[in-house]
Amino acid sequence: MHPALQGLLTIALGVGGCVAYFYLSNQFLDRVLFPPRGPNAGRNINRANMIRPWLFLGPALIALGLYLAYPVVETLRLSLTERVPVPGGQPGEYDYNFVGFANYAQMMDEPKFWEAMRNNFMWLLVVPALSTAFGLLAAQLTDRIRWGNAAKSMIFMPMAISFVGASVIWKLVYDARPIDQEQIGILNALWVGLGGEPQTWLTVPLWNNFFLMIVLVWIQTGFAMVILSAALRGIPEETVEAAIVDGANPFQIFFKIKVPQIKTTIMVVWTTITLVVLKVFDIVFAMTNGQWQTQVLANYMFDKLFRANDWGVGSASAMVIMLLVTPILVWNVWNARREMR
Amino acid sequence: MDNIAGQKSGLMWAVHLSVLALVLLWLFPTVGLFVSSFRTADQIATTGWWKALTAAEQNLLIRAADPDDEGVQQQVDGVWTISGNLFEEDGRPPATLSVWGTSSREIDAYTAGETADLGDGEQITVEANGDYVLTAQEQMSGRGQRVFLTAVIAPEFTLENYQNMLFDPKNVDGMSRAFFNTLTVTIPATVIPILIAAFAAYALAWMEFPGRALLIAAVVALLVVPLQLALIPLLKFHNGIGIGKGYMGVWLAHTGFGLPLAIYLLRNYMVGLPRDIIENAKVDGASDFQIFTKIVLPLSFPALASFAIFQFLWTWNDLLVAKVFLIDATGRTSVMTNQIVELLGTRGGNWEILATAAFVSIAVPLLVFFVMQRYLVRGLLAGSVKGG
Repeated sequence: MHPALQGLLTIALGVGGCVAYFYLSNQFLDRVLFPPRGPNAGRNINRANMIRPWLFLGPALIALGLYLAYPVVETLRLSLTERVPVPGGQPGEYDYNFVGFANYAQMMDEPKFWEAMRNNFMWLLVVPALSTAFGLLAAQLTDRIRWGNAAKSMIFMPMAISFVGASVIWKLVYDARPIDQEQIGILNALWVGLGGEPQTWLTVPLWNNFFLMIVLVWIQTGFAMVILSAALRGIPEETVEAAIVDGANPFQIFFKIKVPQIKTTIMVVWTTITLVVLKVFDIVFAMTNGQWQTQVLANYMFDKLFRANDWGVGSASAMVIMLLVTPILVWNVWNARREMR
Repeated sequence: MDNIAGQKSGLMWAVHLSVLALVLLWLFPTVGLFVSSFRTADQIATTGWWKALTAAEQNLLIRAADPDDEGVQQQVDGVWTISGNLFEEDGRPPATLSVWGTSSREIDAYTAGETADLGDGEQITVEANGDYVLTAQEQMSGRGQRVFLTAVIAPEFTLENYQNMLFDPKNVDGMSRAFFNTLTVTIPATVIPILIAAFAAYALAWMEFPGRALLIAAVVALLVVPLQLALIPLLKFHNGIGIGKGYMGVWLAHTGFGLPLAIYLLRNYMVGLPRDIIENAKVDGASDFQIFTKIVLPLSFPALASFAIFQFLWTWNDLLVAKVFLIDATGRTSVMTNQIVELLGTRGGNWEILATAAFVSIAVPLLVFFVMQRYLVRGLLAGSVKGG
């Protein structure tokens, strides 16, 4: 069957199936199982109302459990096992032997892993900080001018561009030609114009990490700007007016009056971008594939899984990413619960 | 809120200029790729894209007509002659050349109108408008005479790259198949989670049952669980139930991964709906199912739209999930992002191909972005800032 047809059929089946499930299960509950009639009408209504939420939640819970909750546990288990082909079995049949922390130990011995850890750490320091700072700057400046919304659209636009597309865009910026040819990458054109020698920027160890980070900063700044701009507009005007009356200069107003009032929003933006950074994969995969000391955890894991075919170490490195995410996870849950009270 | 600049117009100017600088900085890389996708391979290789709009002085290598071709050589007064126009030979619009030469070491040996001696009695004269006359005592053979020239070439753009990448069925690097593959992945993966999430969100927002707070907390927690953890177990699971790698697998995976955000966004929105409406409906005897379909779902349209855009952008732009759950060894189901990464590997220097491929894949999300920006912003605010 043609995939497009299959796609349409899937939509029809998926949507139709969902609607049918929700409708029929509710009908079954009200008409057959606990009809609100007869001698037990009151009790039946109560029972139906106890069950109904779970009918509504059912498909979502199954999907969430199977596609997100179970994999966390399963990855943990796989990270403690070694995958070996079944002796004398079919190709593709594997045994999973418990090996304790051997996968973790093997991973810790690899310089590539520590390189990935170091780079991820640098990404964590640089990208959220720069994105938030640029976003705050853009939000504060654009809120004050008439064509601010158009400007915002332009800065926000990279959000719609895929990481892969962004990688191509920036690879052209970093493009290098031999010294006797005209440079077609803007960075080298400027660099040569200033009297430097053309550089292949993505192969200069340590610095190339920053050239990759710029791509993500470029994408995430728009996100930070949109959220911080809304927060800035939510600041009570009296606080700003009072500061003006007291003779505060514009910079004092911004840093001492406005920024403290949107501190929690800044934290939210910061942590959200941190999560993106921890999972960054496409940019590194497309631009350097971890060569020239630009490896990051997510790409290291992909390498282990699909090149080295080593599920044990692959799972172990996935658990490292999970471990790094956990503090944010706890903080988010804690915040959400506090807000609900 | 003129509080930073106050009454100082000088500062206001600084604000305008800084925003302009920021916007230009942010646009510059994208514009570069966009402009490049309309230039020929030659143009991209010889000048930076920022020079594409100005008539630029370029060094060109053009061959005169091939003497072996029929009717090119004519004997005039006992002298073998080839004449023509260099720019026409190269298929270019008329232009003006300043200097020229016949060897790559001296590309500026002669000025327009001068005659060069090529030895063996051969001579060539090139005029400023590109007209040339090549004369020889004996019949000429071999390839056409090389002429290096420096000329001011008017800016020129072409749609040929798009023609090649989209509509040439023989082009193995073409994007048309990948485009439809991406579309096939995206649409079911956007539509299906919405409905499932909407019911769950209603239950979490407006139904009373034990464990509700715990479930909401779980959704918030699952929101940040990295995708990376799901790859191996789900691949194992998909192989186990026999769907292996394919569209079904990628649809299911995107549905599962999109649900936490969908539920979270929709619940946040539904909780904010006016309590009176829902309670009045209950008093009037409407069931939860009716309240949901007749009242809550239509009122939640903005939130549904926000999530649909997020999910669409995310599935359209995704590389990892497609690589793990969809693309098999045959490569027939390759999506655009994967195709571009492969082109980066095999066609690293061919910017006319890369730029065009990238823009084909970027065009649709950009369109969605500019048309639906309002919903996107609203969704972002609902997802990150309570009460936004």
